[in-house]
Amino acid sequence: MAELHFHPLGEAAGRPLILRNGRVIDPAGKIDAVLDVLVVGEEIAGFRPPGKSDGLPPDAQDVDCDGKWVLPGLIDMHVHLREPGEEYKETVQSGTRAAAAGGFTAVACMPNTRPVNDNQAVTSLILAKARTGYARVYPVGAISKESKGEVLAEYGELKGAGAVAVSDDGRPVANSQLMRRALEYAANHGLLVISHAEEPALSQSGVMNEGALATRLGLAGIPRIAEEIMIYRDLALAGYLARPIHIAHVSTREAVDLIRRAKARGCRVTAETAPHYFTLSEEAVGQYDTRAKMNPPLRSRADVEAIREGLRDGTLDAIATDHAPHSILEKDVEFDAAANGIIGLETAVPLALALVREGVIEPARLVELLALNPARILGVEGGKLGVGARADLTVIDPERRFAYDSSRVVSKSKNSPFLGWELQGQPVLTVVGGQITCAAL
Amino acid sequence: MKAAHPFVHRHLLSMGDLSPADIGLILQVADSLKEISNRSIKKVPTLRGKTVVNLFFEPSTRTRLSFEIAAKRMSADTYNISASSSSTVKGETLVDTARNLEAMNPDAIILRHSSSGAPRLLADHLQATVINAGDGTHEHPSQGLLDLMTVKERKREIAGLKIAIIGDIAHSRVAHSDIIGFTMMGAEVRVCGPATLMPVGIEAMGAVVCGTVQEAVADADVVMALRIQKERQKDPLLPSFREYAIHFGLNPRSIAGAKPDALIMHPGPINRGIELDPELADGPRSLVLEQVTNGVAVRMALLYLLMGGE
Repeated sequence: MAELHFHPLGEAAGRPLILRNGRVIDPAGKIDAVLDVLVVGEEIAGFRPPGKSDGLPPDAQDVDCDGKWVLPGLIDMHVHLREPGEEYKETVQSGTRAAAAGGFTAVACMPNTRPVNDNQAVTSLILAKARTGYARVYPVGAISKESKGEVLAEYGELKGAGAVAVSDDGRPVANSQLMRRALEYAANHGLLVISHAEEPALSQSGVMNEGALATRLGLAGIPRIAEEIMIYRDLALAGYLARPIHIAHVSTREAVDLIRRAKARGCRVTAETAPHYFTLSEEAVGQYDTRAKMNPPLRSRADVEAIREGLRDGTLDAIATDHAPHSILEKDVEFDAAANGIIGLETAVPLALALVREGVIEPARLVELLALNPARILGVEGGKLGVGARADLTVIDPERRFAYDSSRVVSKSKNSPFLGWELQGQPVLTVVGGQITCAAL
Repeated sequence: MKAAHPFVHRHLLSMGDLSPADIGLILQVADSLKEISNRSIKKVPTLRGKTVVNLFFEPSTRTRLSFEIAAKRMSADTYNISASSSSTVKGETLVDTARNLEAMNPDAIILRHSSSGAPRLLADHLQATVINAGDGTHEHPSQGLLDLMTVKERKREIAGLKIAIIGDIAHSRVAHSDIIGFTMMGAEVRVCGPATLMPVGIEAMGAVVCGTVQEAVADADVVMALRIQKERQKDPLLPSFREYAIHFGLNPRSIAGAKPDALIMHPGPINRGIELDPELADGPRSLVLEQVTNGVAVRMALLYLLMGGE
């Protein structure tokens, strides 16, 4: 395994970079060709036919990308960085380091910190920490104060401090009137509303997907309809109000179908799913393995197939990891007492590449799902390449295999069901604003 | 005592971990050990020097005492820890509690816990034998085994019998172990109860779901009632005990379609007059107390087989 070399942001501007002979894939620019990419300062200075050396800055750092893919910097629009409040699980520093190792140049972090990110002080703290991190950070503010689902948070203040969206992720908005008001008021401030769709009266104390397996294990089930009913409600609200809405972590077949039909009738809905929902089924719970416990829970094999189809046909717009670090304090306990969530930043690229290898999606679609669409949905720069564009780049080696074990995990937490897997496809170079944040060449 | 079939298990966590041959062996050993409890000196030296810890995080009279008596009749040293006296009230985790017990070298830990899968967590962290004495809504395998023993004593063969289990199938760990055990031994298991108490996918465990008690008990050899609880947390499961008793309570009328010599069982404790009419509970066909007696024998057999007595 190649060693990882990290460089935090905020260091002096790097030398010019010439990425040679890589397969450059940029769906926005309709590029899929072997090219050299020249980066000078913080920008992409140009694309050149491979092999030419004339006119290069003399101090340019030469990177051989033969056999590798050169992509717009990947953006994970759904992570939990745990800072402030739960720094023993993850920090902005450690989480963005894991992002850089996983090939991400930017992440959007959810507001369920302690205290909740429902005000400019928390948003500003996160952004201040991010200046010396390893990836761009886009804070997501809370829909309601303390995410209690009672009164709206101050969206103007959040937006002013740098929030790009609002969500009560982890705490579903049970009150339909509050969700209506959030969609209306967020539009005043140009903030996207991200829905964690779950009807809590139906999910109750459930800890895994409802079905024969949960019954066999004696575990309380979370029915599919807990997710689907809320997605239907949110689509109905967004359609009625003619406002955009983004549905987080879609996990069921019917949910994909609801979103597909809403899009067909012109509803401004976007949606994401996570690698575990297109890779694992509920069977991963095995004998009470808390590393397979998350919310929404892993579903049936038929759901996994439907998620893959949704990624293929464009119903699902983005792959986001829902990176949710937890320590052994929350995971090495009884299954029903264990915390929900798994880390995902460092496994997303190989798991998404498996979709390409298995013929589900084309490489250009992979870039849409992991870079272009997240940028468009969040309304942030990036997701595409172009002369003069910010030099956020990810280079991946689609062939390189590695054993994913806990010793190589960069995140502070090790709660992954993929530990012990042999994965194929590794990010080898992550560049943010012309500066290398992680290299594994 | 030499068994024809080698018993290879170290823990008993689920009925599903056992094979029909394992169950046959456990029942055979239990049958031969049962006689010890009828002696005037009710003790054999088989497990002398072995340490058995009863770790009970939920209230229990019958099961805890049954395991303790079983261990003592085999000469093991037994210790009881209940939730109120354990360190969990001070915030200790189950894994830490287990590690501390392990440091004192017990040979077996009998665990009752409100979380499904807790015995598995313990077994993953311990060298000692772990016996599941009821975990959440998952299983209660020693109860399943004593039910099998009790039926087998009366009916000789389990295979081909029709077993009706009536009540709260969703939350009954006894029902889960019984469904697995009886179907594994070749019986037909039918379950019936309010749809609010019928778990999704119970058919996958081998049970046949029946819409009415009459349908479930038709031509049955064994009729088992389960303890009913009106409410769990905020879930509206039943309107009233009264309505439950009318539609799902077992009485001579409601089980009239069963075989005339059908056996009546209940894992206890009984809500008399709700799930089971006293006329049945105390009648000649009732095996309720025989179940308790056999519980000691089955647990003696389990301790012997799992702890490798000499």
